[in-house]
Amino acid sequence: MSEAVMVQGLRFRWPGAAADCLAVADFRLAAGERVFLRGPSGSGKSTLLSLIGGVLLPDTGTVAVHGQDLAALPAGRRDRYRADHVGFVFQLFNLLPYLSVLDNILLPCRFSPLRTRRLAEAGTTPVAEALRLAARLDLDEALLGRSAAALSVGQQQRVAAARALIGRPALVVADEPTSALDADRQQAFLDLLLGECAAASAALLFVSHDGRLAGHFDRVADLAALNRADAGAPR
Amino acid sequence: MKPRFGLLWHLCWRSILNRRLSVALTVVAVGLAVAMLIGVERLRGDARAAFAQTISGTDLVVGARGGGAQLLLYSVFHIGNASNEISWDSVQRIAAMPQVDWVVPLALGDSHRGFRVVGTTAAYFEHYRYGERRSLAFAEGRAFADVFETVLGAEVAARHGYRVGDRIVLSHGAGADGTRFAEHADKPFTVVGILARSGTPVDRSVLVSLEGIAAIHVDWAGGAPIPGLSIAPEHVRKFDLRPKTVTAALVGLKSRIAVFRVQRAINTDTAEPLSAVLPGATLQELWNLVGLAEQALLAVSALVVVVGLAGLVAVMVAGLGERRRELAILRALGAGPRQVFALLALESIAASAAGIALGLALVYGAAALAGPWLQAEYGLAPSLGWPGVAELRLLAAVLAASLLASVLPGLRAYRYSLADGMTIRI
Repeated sequence: MSEAVMVQGLRFRWPGAAADCLAVADFRLAAGERVFLRGPSGSGKSTLLSLIGGVLLPDTGTVAVHGQDLAALPAGRRDRYRADHVGFVFQLFNLLPYLSVLDNILLPCRFSPLRTRRLAEAGTTPVAEALRLAARLDLDEALLGRSAAALSVGQQQRVAAARALIGRPALVVADEPTSALDADRQQAFLDLLLGECAAASAALLFVSHDGRLAGHFDRVADLAALNRADAGAPR
Repeated sequence: MKPRFGLLWHLCWRSILNRRLSVALTVVAVGLAVAMLIGVERLRGDARAAFAQTISGTDLVVGARGGGAQLLLYSVFHIGNASNEISWDSVQRIAAMPQVDWVVPLALGDSHRGFRVVGTTAAYFEHYRYGERRSLAFAEGRAFADVFETVLGAEVAARHGYRVGDRIVLSHGAGADGTRFAEHADKPFTVVGILARSGTPVDRSVLVSLEGIAAIHVDWAGGAPIPGLSIAPEHVRKFDLRPKTVTAALVGLKSRIAVFRVQRAINTDTAEPLSAVLPGATLQELWNLVGLAEQALLAVSALVVVVGLAGLVAVMVAGLGERRRELAILRALGAGPRQVFALLALESIAASAAGIALGLALVYGAAALAGPWLQAEYGLAPSLGWPGVAELRLLAAVLAASLLASVLPGLRAYRYSLADGMTIRI
């Protein structure tokens, strides 16, 4: 199976900036691997995630997701590739407020026919899978018909996790998904996320500045150590 | 990634529902603006049609020398007054011309409760045509046959509830605003017929014979009753009731080919200064006068539509700042910037399309509800048919303008989504 993420010889500089924002020699996520990436804010974390999502392209080097070099795809196909293979969970405001909870969870299947097809191959439907994930993530079925704007922050984050996981993407990227939750909720959410990623055999790239959560992962990486942009990179 | 329309429409619709109040208000604004534009265009078309169809089948209208437009206005539309009359001799001379088939004389100057009295002959009912050469029809009764008989236009009868057999009194002078002049109270007229509605000034006319006009003025001189002289109706018949002058005459020819020759002959008549005009050409000339105001009205309506669309765009763009997060989520889920553009443009297009539909509904609703009143009050029957070519062209222009306007929120969202990517700006 191909690697979930492969970053090699990456350099990225924002247009108009004087120096590189990111310079990563080598960073990989094996298929199904769960990695904790420690990065304080301002360490180029969001930029790295945008590069992995294919929303940005590196100036030099390669970013490959699930075996596909993203720069080799035209822009439209890159968006589609992200829809097919990557699920995102952000710190806050993950949901479209005007859709119901169920519609929010189903949204990736509507963007990506491939996700729907994978579910069909596994003998299920998007709605059945959404119900299953919601149950696994401790979301009461009565919530599913409600407007997403009516949920608590903790519930919203679990809906976001279900949405990222539906249709078995190869990679789930979680960007500070727990920092809006209180401490005991953080642990519960993390356990659910880890468990479901394992069940879906999705790789998990968990980005956080909070090192206390790192213990549950296969591996811990430090973005400050990976990113050589400030440390005498050749100009 | 190809734009997946079903998905975009789903998102667009839910998003609009979420902001239904502000969207509904902008839709109403656009709807009213479109209703005004199409309403003005439609009334314009209907007014032009009603105007152009006021008289047909008449080859020449003859009156005292003067402007053709003025002649048509006082003789056919009963607007304003003739400065001069024409002699009965001239009318007979014209009738005797070999090319002339018929002549219908018109004597104006009296009124009944704000409605014009038209003195004419029974030939009027035979030869006056309107629209596609339709002749006047009687809803009730018959044409006048005696001196003190009258036939009423549909509107006159409807306004005052007159029936055949009623007796009415004519007033001296044409008090269109209802001003009471001296009355011919001693010589009432009996209603013997009521005409069916035609949508022409005939609806608002009281028709009597030329002898009737002469009879009520027998004991008058210089526009006032002669003091001490009062002649009873039964004695009036003994007088010579042949008219000495009339206001105008409608002329029909045996062959239209002769029309310019006859017109020239009348215009160069040496016995009396006369004018003969072709009603069709003069109607066109008149309409061009009115046309300027009508164009201005249409231009103002178009501006109102632009204002409505500007309001819609303003609402959409103003909401966009709060929706940047939503755009970032859509990007993370796999939407491309072009889809974000399409989504926002679609919302504006849907709102303006709803506005256009609402506007059309308002126009048809108003035409159906206010139609009878407009017809009665102004002789204007708003048509309820499918939009005509001019209206379709206007609708297409509004649609094009709204498409153009929709590009703005779309472009702004496109730029946001390029700048923000999947990064949620809090």
